[in-house]
Amino acid sequence: MKKVVHRNSTSRILGIGLALMLMFSTSLFAQDGDPAKGKQLFNANCAACHNLDRKMTGPALRGVGDKYEKQWLYDWIHNSAAMVKAGDPQAVAVFEEYNGSPMTAFPQLSEEDIDNIIAYAMEPKPEPAQPAAGAVADAGAAGGSSGFSNNVILAALVLVFGVLVVMLYLVNKTLKRIAEANGIEFEKAEKRLPIWKAFVKNQFLVLVSSIALLLIGAYFAYGYMMQVGVDQGYMPVQPIHFSHKIHAGDNKIDCKYCHSSARVSKTSGIPSLNVCMNCHKNIMEYTGEEDLANGYTKDFYTGEIQKLYKAVGWDANNQQYTGESEPVKWVRIHNLPDFVYFNHSQHVSVAGVECQKCHGPVEEMEVMYQHAPLTMGWCIECHRETDVKMDGNEYYEKIHEELSKKYGVEKLTAAQMGALECGKCHY
Amino acid sequence: MASNKKYWKSVEELNSDSSIVETLKQNEFVQEIPVDEFLGDKENLDSSSTSRRDFLKYVGFSTAAATLAACEGPVKKSIPYVVQPEQIRPGVANYYATAIANGYDFASVLIKTREGRPIKVENNADAKVGGGANARVHASVLDLYDSLRVQSPKSEGANVTWEDLDAAVVKKLNGLSAGGKQIVLLTQTFASPSTLKLINEFSQKYGNVSHVTYDAVAEDAALNAFEAKYGVRALADYDFSKAEVIVSFGADFVGDWQGGGYESGYAKGRVPAKGKMSRHIQFESNMSLSGANADKRVALTPSQQKKALAKFYGYLSGTSVAVDLPENIDAACKSAAEQVKAKGSKAVVVTGIQDENAQGLVLDINEMLSSTAFDKDAPKLLRQGNAKAVAGLVADMKAGKVGALIMSGVNPAYTLPQANEFTEGLKNVDLSVTFSMKEDETSALTTYVAAAPHYLESWGDVEIKKGHFALTQPTIRPLFDTRQFQDSLLKWMGSDVAYYDYLKSTWEASVLGGVSWNKALHDGYFVGGQSVMADQDAVDQMVAAPVNGEADDKEVAGEVTAASVGSMLRALANTPETGMELVLYTKTGMGDGQQANNPWLQEFPDPISRVSWDNYLTVSKADAEVMGLENWHVANGALNGSYVNITVNDVAIKNVPVIIQPGQAKGSVGLSLGYGRTNGLKSVMQTGVNAYALYHGFNSVQNVSIEKAGGEHEFACIQLHNTLMGRGDIVKETTLEIFNTKDAKEWNHMPQVSLNHQETPVTSPDVDLWDEFDRTVGHHFNLSIDLNACTGCGACVIACHSENNVPVVGKAEVRKSRDMHWLRIDRYYSSEETFAADNDKKDNISGVGSSMSEFGEMEDPAANPQVAFQPVMCQHCNHAPCETVCPVAATSHGRQGQNHMAYNRCVGTRYCANNCPYKVRRFNWFLYNNNDEFDFHMNDDLGRMVLNPDVVTRSRGVMEKCSMCIQKTQKTILDAKREGREVKDGEFQTACSAACGTGAMVFGDVNDKESKVAELKDSDRMYHLLEHVGTKPNVFYHVKVRNTNEA
Repeated sequence: MKKVVHRNSTSRILGIGLALMLMFSTSLFAQDGDPAKGKQLFNANCAACHNLDRKMTGPALRGVGDKYEKQWLYDWIHNSAAMVKAGDPQAVAVFEEYNGSPMTAFPQLSEEDIDNIIAYAMEPKPEPAQPAAGAVADAGAAGGSSGFSNNVILAALVLVFGVLVVMLYLVNKTLKRIAEANGIEFEKAEKRLPIWKAFVKNQFLVLVSSIALLLIGAYFAYGYMMQVGVDQGYMPVQPIHFSHKIHAGDNKIDCKYCHSSARVSKTSGIPSLNVCMNCHKNIMEYTGEEDLANGYTKDFYTGEIQKLYKAVGWDANNQQYTGESEPVKWVRIHNLPDFVYFNHSQHVSVAGVECQKCHGPVEEMEVMYQHAPLTMGWCIECHRETDVKMDGNEYYEKIHEELSKKYGVEKLTAAQMGALECGKCHY
Repeated sequence: MASNKKYWKSVEELNSDSSIVETLKQNEFVQEIPVDEFLGDKENLDSSSTSRRDFLKYVGFSTAAATLAACEGPVKKSIPYVVQPEQIRPGVANYYATAIANGYDFASVLIKTREGRPIKVENNADAKVGGGANARVHASVLDLYDSLRVQSPKSEGANVTWEDLDAAVVKKLNGLSAGGKQIVLLTQTFASPSTLKLINEFSQKYGNVSHVTYDAVAEDAALNAFEAKYGVRALADYDFSKAEVIVSFGADFVGDWQGGGYESGYAKGRVPAKGKMSRHIQFESNMSLSGANADKRVALTPSQQKKALAKFYGYLSGTSVAVDLPENIDAACKSAAEQVKAKGSKAVVVTGIQDENAQGLVLDINEMLSSTAFDKDAPKLLRQGNAKAVAGLVADMKAGKVGALIMSGVNPAYTLPQANEFTEGLKNVDLSVTFSMKEDETSALTTYVAAAPHYLESWGDVEIKKGHFALTQPTIRPLFDTRQFQDSLLKWMGSDVAYYDYLKSTWEASVLGGVSWNKALHDGYFVGGQSVMADQDAVDQMVAAPVNGEADDKEVAGEVTAASVGSMLRALANTPETGMELVLYTKTGMGDGQQANNPWLQEFPDPISRVSWDNYLTVSKADAEVMGLENWHVANGALNGSYVNITVNDVAIKNVPVIIQPGQAKGSVGLSLGYGRTNGLKSVMQTGVNAYALYHGFNSVQNVSIEKAGGEHEFACIQLHNTLMGRGDIVKETTLEIFNTKDAKEWNHMPQVSLNHQETPVTSPDVDLWDEFDRTVGHHFNLSIDLNACTGCGACVIACHSENNVPVVGKAEVRKSRDMHWLRIDRYYSSEETFAADNDKKDNISGVGSSMSEFGEMEDPAANPQVAFQPVMCQHCNHAPCETVCPVAATSHGRQGQNHMAYNRCVGTRYCANNCPYKVRRFNWFLYNNNDEFDFHMNDDLGRMVLNPDVVTRSRGVMEKCSMCIQKTQKTILDAKREGREVKDGEFQTACSAACGTGAMVFGDVNDKESKVAELKDSDRMYHLLEHVGTKPNVFYHVKVRNTNEA
């Protein structure tokens, strides 16, 4: 019996040892965690308030595993408020440092998840992207050198041409001299009426050509005059390099998220800076693709975000507003004359016109420019062609019924609704 | 009947051989281009240093410069908010309910703000407190952007800080509270529960404080009479919509009598419904708005008014009153009394005579009638001034008994009749502070000028009527370093409470009775609950310790006991008649004069005289002939007049211009208050003479001596402008009797034309030269104007100015017929009903006495004319004559009935104006904005803040006109489209129809068969202006009906 007991105890010891070992190994594994999974979890759950290296709504998390006990971290993440209430000194300290704003509880994160996140947070800080900067410098240098070589080649070509001309002249001269020496005589060209005199004498030709000239002149003058004040393609430099391509294109932000007035107002509204800060409170650096040819590097974009912070008075380090703001003086691109009344909400909300119809492929514009000519002819053209969107709009029901009877058509253009009348836009 | 009645707009037109009238009929633009004058002046041309070559050089250079300048477009900046306020959306207007209470005007209003700027005053249609916004209230938004406002507290012309001011004032107040001289608060009528409470607390803190309330234009007699009878210092309220007979002795209740606000109720009773309308009999001296609207107007001097009132009472009560009155006036009194007697409680009598006996008698009469229109239980509180207290204060100041004088909302150095005594007295006051928006006459003399905010930047409350409260809330942050009176009192009491919090707690404690503060603030008014101002107990509760001033008041009140009817009658009957009597009145446009730096109001033509930019002595034609005074028109149609010197009690005013006013009672002259200010005004606004100097004892009637002076005055009178080219039947009117008994064809005749020898109405499509548009689809806007309801108040004129960015052109330009008003209110005079009535009258003369007076009246149509007002704006003709003559198609027609005007397309040929039968088009002779020659609000950045961003400002050389507020109709349509619903009736409004407090103007869609305007269009009274021209306007009028029933 005893023996058995003994054996039993041995096996138990073994079993316990194994279990311990297993446990230890799992916990060892846990301690290591999976930084890749951790990154995913971090971005999904934590990134709204935390950054690894920078203080945001919450503290910077790099090296967080060294600062706190693991168990403390589990508890904190699962329910920080309870810890603060219980009076845990560390918890209270954090809570107070961040102005008494409690951290959202994440009971859904398992301890393993948390370990993964910690693993990600414990990764050493990557070296700054030196090569990228180097690449830019190289690109710049390359650009510079290519410009230089072009000039050299051009100069060489000019020189070669010059030499050729001189040589030709010399050869001609030499040949003439040889010919003279050999007694060959040149045929003297017969003296003819100069062509311009002949032209002047032919009155019909003068008449026709002057009419033609006048017509051509008028055509070009008209063309020139008609584009006075038409600023199609106007692409001014803005005080902050705001890329619609990144916002509307890459990140697929809806136009009306920022230009919300377009739904209800005559102006689309240039977003006020507090709208920018809805996202940029957290997005403080650019991590997307770079356009090295134009010098749009990550640092460049991050610098532009800094300009925003300066304008809105945001202290990114302390995560608070300083109260010192300076409004951004954007350069207005689309300038309708004062005597035209244009209402965005009519087109955006009622007619459901896509912004791109007038503003062009904004989501591809790195720098915003005026896409449409914004001339009256352009407006009228669209009003003639576009059918009014009447479905489901009670306002139009009666009018639609009457008008479709009158014109004998089901669909009605804006023009048929009276959108070509002067007073609809000019008052 | 309407067709053979003769109307005239100016006395000049009665002169059969006036060449100027003929010229004006023929020429739309009176002034010819002075080509001959210029080129014929050889001497001048020779002496000119500019040769033809130079001229060409200048032209060439400027053309080149302009071309070069045009090469590069300007770079426009667009600056968004850093943090956009939640409630502001750029491009969308916000409305806030607030109330104006400036001591003269009290009204609940809505303020339209755009991007945080107040730009327009609208009626608060929901508010059941006070009257609608009048012309001055509509114009008050421009005062906010006055470039001459005091921008920070000042002392002796130099800017000081509020801290310095506070320190100085508190030190002085503390010194005074120890004893010695008294502290006096001299204020406008606030009628504000919170301010009253605050002043009482202030009085407790400093002890010897007295509060004197002062109205520039006093209603002392009425207040005393009411107080004597009912024990409350207030004014009886009237609801004229309930009155079937209204008899007024000198009360301009359609105008500004006792604070105004009665026109809406009055107009309700004036529209004939079910064969009935009210009858209005007016006894008065000056031609007032009320007299102009009356069915019967009796012109008589102020002293005769008192007698007539006594006589009227005699006839009414059956007691005999021995008064000597001319036969026709006596007859009028008798007839009026009989009509009142017949109607009993449905009649009401009012008076504006500044005499306690007259006021007391009228209260008695209304009691006796138990008139339903008369309300003594909820009296109006918007006049509190106490003339005796003010006189006492001036005496105290001269005697050196006043140590500190703190003023708010008053300008006694200008408005007090004994202004020099006040300024003398002010020198004996150690510390004087005035809360003022301007560096006016008073603030030039005080130790400190405390920069006061405009009411659109302030908090406040007012109890307009017992139990009827309104709230004032700021609609913009203070533009300047200003602080309101109440906040300052709090500060000087050592309190840290802001007036807003104080106000809120006062309301929650004493007014609201459990109703939410936010709701009251949102609505802008509150009805019900306990009266604070009128309830003596409530006042006493607040006043723990009696205050000196208040105690004085009570003493005064104690003296005033209701006199017996007999003694009142005797006093009135024994009024001595002495020489020429001067009646001081307030003009619709200027009120008491506190808004004198407002160009809209300066250019606002007086509804009666149609003169802008002036005040003047109104004289009857008979008196003018005796004194040799004249009005005449010069070649370009402008009006000139004689000057007189007038003297009242040794106070003389020299060179007062004279207007010969039809309907002015012989033996009386009129002069308006509110003009002649010199301080705190742009030089162009310093117009007229100061009649306050003649306002002795706050009595509006004075004995005056008049002598003719040399020289001639140039008026800016638009009376003869834009005449009707000799075309008649512009105004159609009839009598209630004919209206009730005859067919509409007889009194609202449709012009006929002959088609195949058949009489055919001009509206028939058979006789139409034009193809008719199909107008059945969509909206078709029409504007209805009821000539019965229109009182001529002019609120619409200012509302139109403000909505449509109409420029102010100045006196000199108005003289040249270049006024820019899109909407004018024509005023027509006529004598008898018809020419036939003249004959009847001649036949019915009986007796020598009657023949003397009535023949006299007939000989002189200007003695007592009937008046009709007619607002005229673009008629938006369906067959518009202007559209066919425009060479560039700048004016064209819209399917919705509006006549469009594309300013940017106009090249300024002015053909359209020449071809317009209604004379409603206006030409921009100059660039009125940004032009130093026209230094009005559009010439500075501050003033331009009032411009409506939805309406373009027109440039020089462009024709403009009423657009039927297309920006508003388009907005309404867009709102409905966005919300996916149909437009409801009443949503469509124009600026004028929204401003119209009387309901005379109704706007809407006639294709909506349920709408009010469609119903009005089907009325028998409907007619179009100049129907026979066949223009088919979209503005229609309703025939004016006069109630001539004597019984």
